[in-house]
Amino acid sequence: MSYLTFIALAGPNVALLVVFVYKPLVQSFQYSTLQWNIGSPTARSVGLGNYVDWFQDPRTPEILTTTAIFTITTVGGSLVLGLLLALLLNQRLAGRGIARTVAFAPYVLSGIAVGMLWLFIFDPRYGLMSTVLAWIGLNSPDWYNDGPWALAMVIIVYLWKNIGYVALIYLAGLQAVPQDLRDAAALDGASSRRTLVSIVLPLLGPTTFFLSVTTLLSSLQSFDIIHAMTKGGPLGSTTTLMYQIYQESFVSGRAGYASAVATILFGILLVITLVQLKFVERKVHY
Amino acid sequence: MSLDLPTRADHQKTASANTPPRTPRGRGEGRERPARRSGALPGTVASYVTMVVAVAVMSVPLVWMLFASFKQPDEIYSIPLQWLPGSFAPDNYAQVADTLPIGRLFLNSLGLTIVGSGLKMLLGLCCAYALVFLEFPGKKIVFGVVIFALLIPQQITIIPNYTLVASLGWLNTYQGILVPGLASAFGTFLFRQHFLTLPVSILEAAALDGAGHWRRLWGFVLPMSLPTIAAVGLVSMVAEWNEYLWPFLVVDNAELMTLPVGLTLLQNVDGLNNWGVLMAATVLVTAPILAVFLVLQRRLVAGLTAGAVTG
Repeated sequence: MSYLTFIALAGPNVALLVVFVYKPLVQSFQYSTLQWNIGSPTARSVGLGNYVDWFQDPRTPEILTTTAIFTITTVGGSLVLGLLLALLLNQRLAGRGIARTVAFAPYVLSGIAVGMLWLFIFDPRYGLMSTVLAWIGLNSPDWYNDGPWALAMVIIVYLWKNIGYVALIYLAGLQAVPQDLRDAAALDGASSRRTLVSIVLPLLGPTTFFLSVTTLLSSLQSFDIIHAMTKGGPLGSTTTLMYQIYQESFVSGRAGYASAVATILFGILLVITLVQLKFVERKVHY
Repeated sequence: MSLDLPTRADHQKTASANTPPRTPRGRGEGRERPARRSGALPGTVASYVTMVVAVAVMSVPLVWMLFASFKQPDEIYSIPLQWLPGSFAPDNYAQVADTLPIGRLFLNSLGLTIVGSGLKMLLGLCCAYALVFLEFPGKKIVFGVVIFALLIPQQITIIPNYTLVASLGWLNTYQGILVPGLASAFGTFLFRQHFLTLPVSILEAAALDGAGHWRRLWGFVLPMSLPTIAAVGLVSMVAEWNEYLWPFLVVDNAELMTLPVGLTLLQNVDGLNNWGVLMAATVLVTAPILAVFLVLQRRLVAGLTAGAVTG
C-alpha cells in the first residue's frame, strides 16, 4: 500500500525526468553518429564522422577560442567585481540596502531584454555608451561590426547582468565570517587590509569555489544575450560552443553534427561538475 | 526596498553535501545588526563615491530604457543626446500593440509562468514527500535519478525534445512549451533537504490521528515549509518568465508567443531603426518581473542563497 502511494507521489516527476531528460540524453548520443537534418525522415549513420569533422573544421579553433575568452572573462570578471562589490556593500554605508537592491536587479531580468537594451546603449552613433566614452575623450569603437569589440560588448553585458548575483552570494558568505575573529585580529593590531587578506578571504574559500563552478556552468551555457545582440556574428566572432549548437541544429539544420557538438560541451560540463563533487566530498574548504 | 540577507552563520558547514542545510528564513533572524555584524569600518568618502558609481552603472541603463521608450525618433537620433523625452505620451507602446498582440503575449507569459511553476512545485513537493516519508525498495535509485538530472544541461536534450514535441504535433501549442520543462530536479532536491529537518513526531501524531499521506502533506508538511516553498517558487517563476530558447523554438505563431519571444520578433520586424518602439517592448518584458522583485526580494534572495548553500 505504501509502495503504491510512493509511486503515485514520486512517479509523475520521475516519469517526466525519464522522458524529457534521460531519454533525450541517450538519443543525443545516437543522433551524434548520424548525418541527419532536423525534421528529415531519413538519416545516414556516419559513426564518429561528426566528431572527426568537428575536430578538422577550420572554424573549430576559432569557436573554442571565443568560448574560452568569453568564459574566462565572464567568470573571472564577475567573481572579482562581485567580491569587490560585496566588500563595499558589507560596510556600514547609509543607503547600502538600496544599493544592494539596484545591483541585484539586473539578474532577475530576461537575458533577451537585457541584450536588447544594451544593444541600444552600444549604438555607435546614438548610443549612451558613445556619449560616455566621449566624456573621457574616447571615440566609440564599432561595437556592432568589429569582431573583437562585439565580443567585448557581449562580455560587458553578461557581467552587468550577473555581477549582482555573485555579490549577493558573497555578501551572504561575508555575514558568516564570525565577528569574534575580526575583533581578535583587531585586538592583535592587524590592519583592516591584513584582516581582509588573512582572515576574511580564506574564510570565503567555499563561497568562491561554489561561485566559480556555478558561474562557469552558466557562462558555458549562455545563449540569450548573444542571441539578442549579435546572433553569433559579425563573421562568427561571438559564436560560442553553445551558440554553435543552436546554429547548426536550428539554422543550418545539421542536427547530427550539432548533437556531436552538444555531446562535446556536455563532456566539458560533466568534467567541471565532477571536479566540484570531488572537492565537496573531500571537504576541502580552506 | 532594502535587501536583507538571510543569516547563514553555519555556511561553511552546510556547504558539504551531508549536513542538512539551514533553509534561510526571512523574518526576524534575517535582520542585520549593523553595529556588530557588518564590516569593521564605517564608510569613508571613497566608499560612498564607489557606491554611487556602482549604483549608477547598474541603474542608469534601466532608466535610459524607460526614457527612450517615450522618445520620438527625432529625440532618439539627436546629437548631443537628449536625456528626457519631450513628453510621456505612450506612442511607442501603442506601436508595439499595433505590431504584436501584446495583451495576448502578456497573458501567455503570465499563464505559462503560473501554471508552469505551479505544476513544477507540485511535482517537486510530492516527489520529495515520497522520498523522505515513504518506504520503497528502490528509493535510493529514485533519488539518484533526481540528483543526476541536475547535471544534464538543457542544450543536450533540446534537439531530441524538439523532435519529440514535433512528432506529437505539439509545435505551436501551450503544452509543447510547458510539458518538457515540468520535471523538477532542483526543487525536489531542495524540498527533500528541508523535509529532512522537520520534526518526525508531529507527523507520527498526525498518522495516529488517522491522517493519510495526502492530508499529512497538505495539512502538516506544507505549512511547516512555507518559507522554502515561497523561495523555490519565486526562483522558478522568474526562470519561467525569462525562459527564451525553448518557447522560441517551439512557437512561431505570434498568438502563442511569450513576451521575450515576441520581443525578438519585433526586433526582426522593425529592424534596428526604431529604438523607441523596441525599448517600449523591453520595458513591457522587464517591468513585471522588476515589480515582483521589488516587492518580494527577500523571499527571492532566500531562494537563491538556499541554492548556494546546498550547491
